[in-house]
Amino acid sequence: MLKYLVKRFFQTAVVLFVVSVIVFCVMSFTGDPVLMIVPPNATDAQIAEARIALGLDQPLWVQYKVFLFNLLKGDLGISYIFKRPALTLIVERMPATLELVFLSVLISVAVALPCGVFAGAWPNNPISRAIMGGSLLGISLPSFWVGILMIFYFAVEKGLLPSSGRGTTDTLFGIPFAFLTRDGFRHLILPAVTLALGTLAMLIRLIRAQIMEVLRQDFIKFARAKGVSWKSLLFGHALKNALVPVVTVFGMQIGSLIAFATVTETIFAWPGMGKLLVDSINTSDRPVIVAYLMIVAAMFVFINFIVDIVYTLIDPRIDLR
Amino acid sequence: MAELLLEVRNLRTYFELFRGTVKAVDGVSFTLEAGEILGIVGESGGGKSVTGFSLLGLIDPPGRIADGEVIFRGEDLLKKSAEEMRRIRGKEISMIFQDPMTSLNPLQTVGRQLDEMLALHTSLSASQRRNRAVELLTEVGIPNPADRLENYPHQFSGGMRQRVVIAIALAANPGLIIADEPTTALDVTVQAQILTLMENLVKKFGSSLILITHDLAVVSEMTHRVAVMYCGRIVEEGPTKELIRAPYHPYTMGLLESIPRMAGTRLPRLPQIPGMVPSLFDLPRGCSFEPRCPRATARCREEIPEMRRMTGNRRTACHNPQTAGKEAADYDR
Amino acid sequence: MTKKDGFFQSEFFHNFVRSPGAMAGLVVVLFFLLMAVFGPLFTPQNPYDIGTLDLMDAYKPPVWMEGGDPAFVLGTDEQGRDMLSAIVYGSRISLFISMIVVVLSCIFGTVLGLTAGYFGGRLDSFLMRIVDIQLSFPAMLVALFIMAAFGRGFGKLVAALTIVGWVLYARTVRSSVLVEKKKEYVDAARLIGLSPFPIIVRHVLPNVLTPLIVIATIQVGTVILTEATLSYLGVGVPVTRPSLGLLVKNGYDVLFSGLWWSSVFPGMFIMLLVFGINLLGDFLRDEFNPRLK
Repeated sequence: MLKYLVKRFFQTAVVLFVVSVIVFCVMSFTGDPVLMIVPPNATDAQIAEARIALGLDQPLWVQYKVFLFNLLKGDLGISYIFKRPALTLIVERMPATLELVFLSVLISVAVALPCGVFAGAWPNNPISRAIMGGSLLGISLPSFWVGILMIFYFAVEKGLLPSSGRGTTDTLFGIPFAFLTRDGFRHLILPAVTLALGTLAMLIRLIRAQIMEVLRQDFIKFARAKGVSWKSLLFGHALKNALVPVVTVFGMQIGSLIAFATVTETIFAWPGMGKLLVDSINTSDRPVIVAYLMIVAAMFVFINFIVDIVYTLIDPRIDLR
Repeated sequence: MAELLLEVRNLRTYFELFRGTVKAVDGVSFTLEAGEILGIVGESGGGKSVTGFSLLGLIDPPGRIADGEVIFRGEDLLKKSAEEMRRIRGKEISMIFQDPMTSLNPLQTVGRQLDEMLALHTSLSASQRRNRAVELLTEVGIPNPADRLENYPHQFSGGMRQRVVIAIALAANPGLIIADEPTTALDVTVQAQILTLMENLVKKFGSSLILITHDLAVVSEMTHRVAVMYCGRIVEEGPTKELIRAPYHPYTMGLLESIPRMAGTRLPRLPQIPGMVPSLFDLPRGCSFEPRCPRATARCREEIPEMRRMTGNRRTACHNPQTAGKEAADYDR
Repeated sequence: MTKKDGFFQSEFFHNFVRSPGAMAGLVVVLFFLLMAVFGPLFTPQNPYDIGTLDLMDAYKPPVWMEGGDPAFVLGTDEQGRDMLSAIVYGSRISLFISMIVVVLSCIFGTVLGLTAGYFGGRLDSFLMRIVDIQLSFPAMLVALFIMAAFGRGFGKLVAALTIVGWVLYARTVRSSVLVEKKKEYVDAARLIGLSPFPIIVRHVLPNVLTPLIVIATIQVGTVILTEATLSYLGVGVPVTRPSLGLLVKNGYDVLFSGLWWSSVFPGMFIMLLVFGINLLGDFLRDEFNPRLK
């Protein structure tokens, strides 16, 4: 177990190192950050001075070394726009994104699990066909457009729910969360549903396919030959076997939710790190973009790690070595 | 004469596919007495496994049982409701599958899968079931049975896994066990052990056994009677010894001649049945074996041979059977 | 029983015409293809030609609403641009980009998959490591990052989407090469001094054709969605040539002044197009995956 953890830790470090190299290179070859910092009427001398001050006159590998050491110290640069550390900006906005993603995960699982199992167990039932049609439509929907429809219908037309911002927040462990207050929760509903829709549709299809695949296997037929009832066949034998691969994909889906939160947060003006990224892209605030990518990469790697652990807990065939 | 346990009459199981109807089992009839071991033999695709699954009512769409009766202890199983059939499966008739690697649930311990069978079909308490599970594993020759109950299927070897499957099949003490190629997926060295084990346990538990296999050698060693299937029909049936000594049907003859022999081999190479099993979508009009048959005549091409009684307890469906009593060429056993 | 051959007698065709989903998908996709090719001949406006726009036509609702103008069936935006014309031109752009991306991804993925699988060793582990790392990040995020770094534009958009798109093809082709490499004819070819590479290619390509067709079909849909999302976020197509996604964004900016039709309709067309493609892709996947039948 310990050996496995050490091995995983090194793999993780390698992935993050590769990501940092790629991010650094791409960022270095595109655009000139100096022009972002100096005033528009700066003289050539002032620009050259700023360049030296930023260390941009150094060879690329020296620049990368500086970047890497700062990264390890937790220094990801100062935002050009906010004039504050990029890392702080992102960490401040992380709870907003995480609560949005978390609620979306809950919604997706709560809907996708029963729908997927039903559609897989009774594939020819008209309800299953409706579920499958709906889920195919669900993966065909542009999420930003769904967000707009939600805003137009629930906020503009009906005035039922607020369409932008996070509302009032309350603190838990010193961190502000919107879901703790009634107003904040009402603000959370539309973005969370919008964000959940695509994942939900995808999960339904995946769970259904897995259930159908497992139900075709020999051990199910053997269980039937034992006289096991359909209900305990489905829930006792098929479900767990079907969900093992879903866990892996589910980890990927959480990553995807974090990515798509950028879109949802932009539409609903939700003050999370995704909106910060899009704003920073539009203002070419490079330290923030780089910091976002590094943090999100670390989060993904962490999620994958958790998924692997969960996987080994539910599948006895996998041995941690 | 022993009690009649099972009588299958004119069983037909069809699969409706895009390319047409496959008559996987087409008018199969046979009987089985209590304590008897019946072999069903034939090449793959001959309808042996489908026959086995039909008896248990485990035929899924696009397949369906089109006709026939399966009379088990005086009652027609094909007339039973789904729920009644479920209670018969495992308790009255249980099944052993071909591949022990895939017939156990990989995510459940062996003990739990054995316990499930006992919980379904016996009225034992949890602790009694555990004791019974240990007994059963001992019975099938698994060392340290109490510890092994906690293990998962992947922690067993193929032969050990098949022993577990046999233990599960025997757990509720069923009257009939259907074993579908139980040794095909195992190492040759393990095959004989498993067969001997099954033979002994069936005798000890007083069950009947239907042994489905493509291997006539297996059948000749442990069965009382044999039914030879070809393209969904039984072409010959009779007591094992007599049938093997002097087969009536040219197909049985062909199967026998293609068994390799250790001693006294004079032939330069193993004879084989010429040609291939015809496509089940496109069976010949007359006898299905006619295109491959050395004894075929014009009549075989036109007319499907009916099953008819021969000497003693033997039956065959052939227009030109080998003359009774003629020994199978060189078959000295 | 008669022997059946020819495409129109095949099981595939038989199932296709009996599958309402597949037929609906085909109709939708054909509709969009025809619209993309011939649509501009029939649209009342060229939405890119500022000279034809008239501010007097601005804020017209769809024709069935009060104040609608039969000249502008789906209404106009705040500059007097006919939404139907904008959607026809936008669909063209969306379809064109995604088809180029899918063709390029398929070519790159196949070539890299063949190379990795055939030569193995370091090259293989390097390429597959890239595939693994890339697959552990959502495609949208990778594309967003590339676009953020290089700025908007058609060429960059196609490049970014191709970079995130090639991995699935590479993986499929590679695993097929690995299977072929173990076969006896490969050893035989080596023994008589032939390079087995061309033979492997000739064996692998027909084998992977069906999975590649399925991946490509479904990818046309996902690329349209990703492109639309990037364009919506302002890092996709240039403002002068709006795709459907950018039209939605432009429409959203005026949503709160009651101009719902200029964001709702373009989005509806994205959904319809992607749904049609997915219906086809779903059918193909079930049809080519015999285990699911």
